[in-house]
Amino acid sequence: MSDSRPVPALPGRASLGAAAVPRLLRAILPGLALAVILVAIFILQPRAMSYFGLNLLLNLSIPIVFATLAQMFILTVGDLDLSVGGMVSFVATVSVTYLAEQPVLGVAILIGAIALYACVGALIELRRLPAIVVTLGMSFVWFGLAVLVLPSPGGRAPEWLIALMAWKPPVIPLPILAALLIAAIGHIALMTSSYGAILRGAGGNARSIARAGWSMLRVRMTLYALAGFMGVLSGLSLTGITTSADSNIALRYTLISIAGAILGGSEFVGGRVSPIGAVLGALTMTLAASFLSFLRLSPDWQIGVQGAILILVLALRALINAWSARASRRRAGTAAP
Amino acid sequence: MIASLDWLRRQPWIWSFVGAIAVWAVTVALVEGRGAGATVTAALTFSVFYVIVGIGQMFVVTTGPGNVDLSIPANIALSGAVAMKVMNGQDSLIVVGLVAALGTGFCVGLFNVALIRVLMIPPIIATLSASFIVQSTAIAYGRGLRVKPPAALSDFMEWRLPGGIPVIALLTIAFAAAMVVVLERTAYGRSVLAIGQSDRVARLAGVPVARTRFVTYTLCATLAGLSGALLAAFSGGASLDMGQPFLLASIAVVVIGGTSIAGGKANVPGVWGAALFLFLLVTMLNTMGVSSGMRQMLTGVIIIAIIALAGGEKTR
Repeated sequence: MSDSRPVPALPGRASLGAAAVPRLLRAILPGLALAVILVAIFILQPRAMSYFGLNLLLNLSIPIVFATLAQMFILTVGDLDLSVGGMVSFVATVSVTYLAEQPVLGVAILIGAIALYACVGALIELRRLPAIVVTLGMSFVWFGLAVLVLPSPGGRAPEWLIALMAWKPPVIPLPILAALLIAAIGHIALMTSSYGAILRGAGGNARSIARAGWSMLRVRMTLYALAGFMGVLSGLSLTGITTSADSNIALRYTLISIAGAILGGSEFVGGRVSPIGAVLGALTMTLAASFLSFLRLSPDWQIGVQGAILILVLALRALINAWSARASRRRAGTAAP
Repeated sequence: MIASLDWLRRQPWIWSFVGAIAVWAVTVALVEGRGAGATVTAALTFSVFYVIVGIGQMFVVTTGPGNVDLSIPANIALSGAVAMKVMNGQDSLIVVGLVAALGTGFCVGLFNVALIRVLMIPPIIATLSASFIVQSTAIAYGRGLRVKPPAALSDFMEWRLPGGIPVIALLTIAFAAAMVVVLERTAYGRSVLAIGQSDRVARLAGVPVARTRFVTYTLCATLAGLSGALLAAFSGGASLDMGQPFLLASIAVVVIGGTSIAGGKANVPGVWGAALFLFLLVTMLNTMGVSSGMRQMLTGVIIIAIIALAGGEKTR
């Protein structure tokens, strides 16, 4: 946050060589975690290894993937969003009320929600406020608004949304298709586009990006608006699955989204994020929740397993980092005896 | 006179008290003076929990950017359940139960520190990961728990001196005063401030950074444990979601109280002022007949407005 680290580590051809191995290991870690848990589930329940089984298993992953991506956009600039759960809950309540009954008004409200997200980004940038506190306040605002829109659980999502989420595409189950699509779009937008590099650079060294003539205000507003857009998609897809809503339907999304993004290789500093990793992290978090039922263990430990997986992956990452640091020290030692 | 007013004006904590008094005055005016004293009594009692948790969070936040304990809600849920189960409703086991709650909190703190040290991850992520596991433990441990708190402890929480002053609030004021001394007069307190101002400089100056961080996180978690036990005693038993409001509240009272979220600048009296302010604010909105959704929204907006007005940190 405040410490100004050197240049952000942007992936590039220049750094190929010995340093590329730990980076590669770090990059495959999220995929590895997902693969391990998936294989474990397949061994416990071979019937899960089918179109229908995967569909069921990953049913609730789509909204979590979107929420995790929302968090990742905020992490890109070194902030943390504690209002994701509130925002998704609010969108869900709008989806089952206004969007279903007065679509034009509903769409206008959702666009307003994205605009409000951008405004929060602007406020944080202009007044140099700690994002964690502002978004914590915003979580109250979003949950409050959600209660105002839908005081008691109920409502019904628009039919087109329900139909869309129930769609069974050929060969690849919808959650996997969606995950692939989201990961691809996120990767192209943030990792390969030139403005994406600016956005990530802003997380690495805001001052140098500002010195180079880019507006930090615009950077933050863009990232917050992107996060807001992802939040809207998360809320919509969630109600498409559940068909109704209540005002704190997505209460747990705030913590899950942070865990998913971190699991996927996002870091707090240096603008180090990975859309593909975030998608994999979100899928892992979803599967971790259903993993217990395959072991016939009490669902009380659901959150605990998610935490344990997060800690395990972070431990492996620390191990890789320590190993690469030792390796580079040894190299430096041989170069200059 | 003018000099002392000027001194007051420069104290960061003064504004939270001014805000608390203003909100209280509006509430009293709304009900035409009825129950003015009772409101103060309630505010003092409820603020106790926010202050105990808030002071712990204040020490954590003061050690620098990125230092926030997100495991407090889970910790409160677990410690409260442990306390109730150990006390088992018997007056003779109150002390044992309190020690058990403090011990539980301490262990959560130990876990937090271990994650920060071993995994070398930002404290926010470490305490978040820990909170998943602690919350899960609380759910598994506290399921179906229906133990009433010992009568003596509940009575103690409600004990009031003539004039309606809650004894627990007086004790918490004394505790806060002790914490002022710890922060400003002990080597530990000065170390916390030094690390918050610059981790690197503190390290180079020989401040025991690792040890200070260890004490800070375990202190915060132990206080959360104490708060969990008291909260369970006060609300007639432990419940799994009783810690939930404290995620926002613990950070809000610290920041509104004049402690810098960027670290290096702490303020103990402000935590009290902010806790009273937050409670009285909700009371005022209730008195106005504002709906629960609107109340939540306004609370959020007011917190953000205060931060934005006070804001302008030089470093993020």
